[in-house]
Amino acid sequence: MPTAKDQNRENKSLLIKGGHLIDPAAKINAPMDILVRDGRVAEVAPPNKIRGSAEEKFDARGLVVAPGFIDLHVHLREPGQSYKETIATGTAAAAAGGFTSVCTMPNTAPVVDTPDWVTWLRSPDRGAIVNVFPIAAATKSSRGATLTDFSALQRAGAVAVTDDGKPILEDETMRTALRLGAELNLPVVQHAEDTRMTENCSMHAGLTSFRLGLRGMPASAEASIVDRDVALAQQIHESRLHVAHLSTSGALKAVRRGKRAKARVTCEVTPHHFTLIDESVGEYNTNFKMNPPLRTAPDIEAIVVALGDGTVDAIATDHAPHAQHEKEVEFERASFGITGLETALPLAVTQLYGKHKIPLTRIVELFTSGPARVFDLNGRGTLARGNFGDVTIFDPKKRWTFEAAKSRSLSHNTPFDGWAFTGKVVATIVGGKVVYRAD
Amino acid sequence: MNQPARGSLLGIEHLDTKEIVGLLNLARRMNPQRPRPLLRGKRVVLLFYEPSTRTRSSFEFAAKALGATTVLVQSSGSSIEKGESIIDTGYTLRAVGADCIVMRHPSAGAPYLMATHLDIPVINAGDGMHEHPSQALLDAVTILKHKKSFKGLQATIIGDIFHSRVARSACYLLTRLGVKLTLCGPPELVPEVTTTLVPGLRLTRHIEDALRGTDVVMLLRVQTERLAGQKIALPDYIARYQITGARLKLAKRDSIVMHPGPIIRGLELTAEVADSPQSVIADEVHNGLPTRMAILARALGKAK
Repeated sequence: MPTAKDQNRENKSLLIKGGHLIDPAAKINAPMDILVRDGRVAEVAPPNKIRGSAEEKFDARGLVVAPGFIDLHVHLREPGQSYKETIATGTAAAAAGGFTSVCTMPNTAPVVDTPDWVTWLRSPDRGAIVNVFPIAAATKSSRGATLTDFSALQRAGAVAVTDDGKPILEDETMRTALRLGAELNLPVVQHAEDTRMTENCSMHAGLTSFRLGLRGMPASAEASIVDRDVALAQQIHESRLHVAHLSTSGALKAVRRGKRAKARVTCEVTPHHFTLIDESVGEYNTNFKMNPPLRTAPDIEAIVVALGDGTVDAIATDHAPHAQHEKEVEFERASFGITGLETALPLAVTQLYGKHKIPLTRIVELFTSGPARVFDLNGRGTLARGNFGDVTIFDPKKRWTFEAAKSRSLSHNTPFDGWAFTGKVVATIVGGKVVYRAD
Repeated sequence: MNQPARGSLLGIEHLDTKEIVGLLNLARRMNPQRPRPLLRGKRVVLLFYEPSTRTRSSFEFAAKALGATTVLVQSSGSSIEKGESIIDTGYTLRAVGADCIVMRHPSAGAPYLMATHLDIPVINAGDGMHEHPSQALLDAVTILKHKKSFKGLQATIIGDIFHSRVARSACYLLTRLGVKLTLCGPPELVPEVTTTLVPGLRLTRHIEDALRGTDVVMLLRVQTERLAGQKIALPDYIARYQITGARLKLAKRDSIVMHPGPIIRGLELTAEVADSPQSVIADEVHNGLPTRMAILARALGKAK
C-alpha cells in the first residue's frame, strides 16, 4: 500500500554496505549488502557482491541492518491536540526510534471516524517523515454505540478500526464489529478494559495502589474483555481480533487459547509493560501512569515468555504524548500515557535481549514482520526484492543514556529519562531516503 | 521538582522512629493553655480542598497558640474554583508570604506534589485514602497518656481499613513503635492486601478474636461515600463488628477505645461504648492541639 510519501520521493539509489542483516521473514541472519533503488529493494546480496554503482552509500559496518520497524500503536494527537504532538514531530520521534511506519490511533479531537479524516491524516501536508497508517474509530466518536462505515474508512486507507482509549464494551457491538471486519478482512483492535471495574482508578490494583491510597484497576478488568473477545473471534468465521497493549498474564492465556483454536487473534505488548511494574510508580510519579497500568513481576514473566514463544505478535509503543500541565497535577487527575517511540528498541535490546536472553532475531521480528502481518502492511516488514526500501540500522552493543530533553517528540512525559541503555538506533531509512541519522 | 522542604510532614511511612519519638515528646511538652510565641510573625496557610471540622480548627488553634498568623483557603470561594492547579495555588500562596502550608485534599499524593514544587514546608492534613499523619501522632500521644509505653502493647483496628488514611498512618506509626497490631473487618473493608502495608500485621474476620486481650481498640467509620459500587449490608456489619459493651469485655479491663471521628453511634459502636469510661474519643480531639503545635513548631524549625 503506497503512501503519499512514496510518490514524491526523488528517485535515487542507496547502497547499505557492510552490515549484518537480520530479516526474520526472509530467514536471513548474515552479513549482507542491500541496494535500494527508486524507493524499493533492488537487491540483497552477500558482502561486495552487488555490482553497479549507487548514488549514495551507507557504511553499516559493525551494525545490524533490519527491515524498517513498524509501530502498530501511536498517538500523534492530530487533528486537534497539536500542543501535545503533531504528525511532523511524532514521526520525527518515530524516525529517531527506528520506526519507518506508524499506525495512528483515532482518539483525537475530533475522533477519526470519517474517511475524510483518514485522508487528511495521510496527506503530505501533515509533514510526516515516516509512513503513517491511520487506524479509524470503530464507533462514531468512539462512544461505543453506532459503528462507523468500516468499508469507506478502509477504502480511504484505514488499516484497522478501534475505539482505543476506551473498550468496545457491549457484546453486541463487538460481535457486529468483528463480523463486519471479517467481511472486509479488517482487524478490529480492542483496548481491553472492563470500564465497569475501573471507574476512578489510576493504577494497577495491588500492594502499591493500596499503599498510595489510589483506586486500582484489577487485572481481571483486562482479562475478562479479552476472554470475551477471543470467544467471539472463535465464533465469527474469518474475523480478526487484535488485542492492543496487552498487560496481564490472564489476557495472555485467552490469546493463547484463541491462537490454539486457529482463530485470527493477534496481540501487541509495549516496552513499558515488559520493563516496569506497579511499584515503579514510587511517590505518585505521573510519568508512570498509563492505561493499561503497569502490572506486576509475574505479569512481566508471563509476557516475556509470550514474546519469546510467538504468542505476542508485535512490540508496539502506545506512544502517548501529553503536555507538562496535564502531567504535573494530582496523580488521579493526570492524563494516562507516556511517550515511547525513542525508547522502544533500547528497552527491547536492554531488557529482552540483555536480561531475558530473547534472541535478537526474534526481537527484530517483533518490530518488523510480526506487526506487518497483523495489519497486512504488504511490501513491508521484510526486505524482499521489490518491497519498500524501509530499513532500520542499529547498534545492538552501543551503551548510551537517554535524555528526555533531547527527544524529538513535542512532549517529554517519559519514565525513562536518564536511563542507561544498551542498543541504539543509528539510522532510519524510508523508501531509500535517510530520514534519521544518529549524531 | 525538588525534595520537600525540611519540616514537611507528608506521611508517617517515611518518618524514622527517632523523628516520631521526637514529635511525640515535643507534643507532650506543648501546652495550649500556656501559649508560646515560637512562631510569632509566621504565616500559616490552611489550604482545605475538603470539608473538615476537627483537623482544621485544631491546626488553626495550634498555629495561633504559637503566635502565628493563619489564613484559611478553601476550594470554594478561591481561585481553585476557577480551575487553578495545585502547583499554581502553591506558588501564589508562597508569593503572598506563606511560611508553611497545611493541606487537606481529596486526592492521594496532592501534598507531596505541592511539597516538591515549593521551598516551604507542607503538612499533610489528610490526602484521599493515603495518609493522615497528624491523626496518627495525636493517637499515639493519647495512647501514651493512658499506657506507660508502647512496648508490648496490643492494638486492634476495626472497620473500614481499606479506604482509611487514618488506618494507613496508624499502621506505620504503631508498628514502628513496637505495638502488635491486629486488623479486623469484612473482606470488602479489610481485604488481604491491607496486611502488606508493614510486616507483622495480623488479620482476623472475627471480632471476638480481634478484641481478646487487646490494650487499644481503634474504631473506624464505614466510609459509605468511598465504597464506589461495593455494597455493604449495614445490619450485617453491625451484627458482626459493632463494638458493644458485652464485646468490649473481651478486651483488657483497662483497654481504651479510640475513634478518629466522626463517630456514628449505633453503627461501629454503641452509645454505651462511646460514653463509657474506657472511651478516650474526646481526649483524642483534645490531644490534637498540642500534637499539631509540635508539628508546626517542627515545620518552622522551632522544635525546642
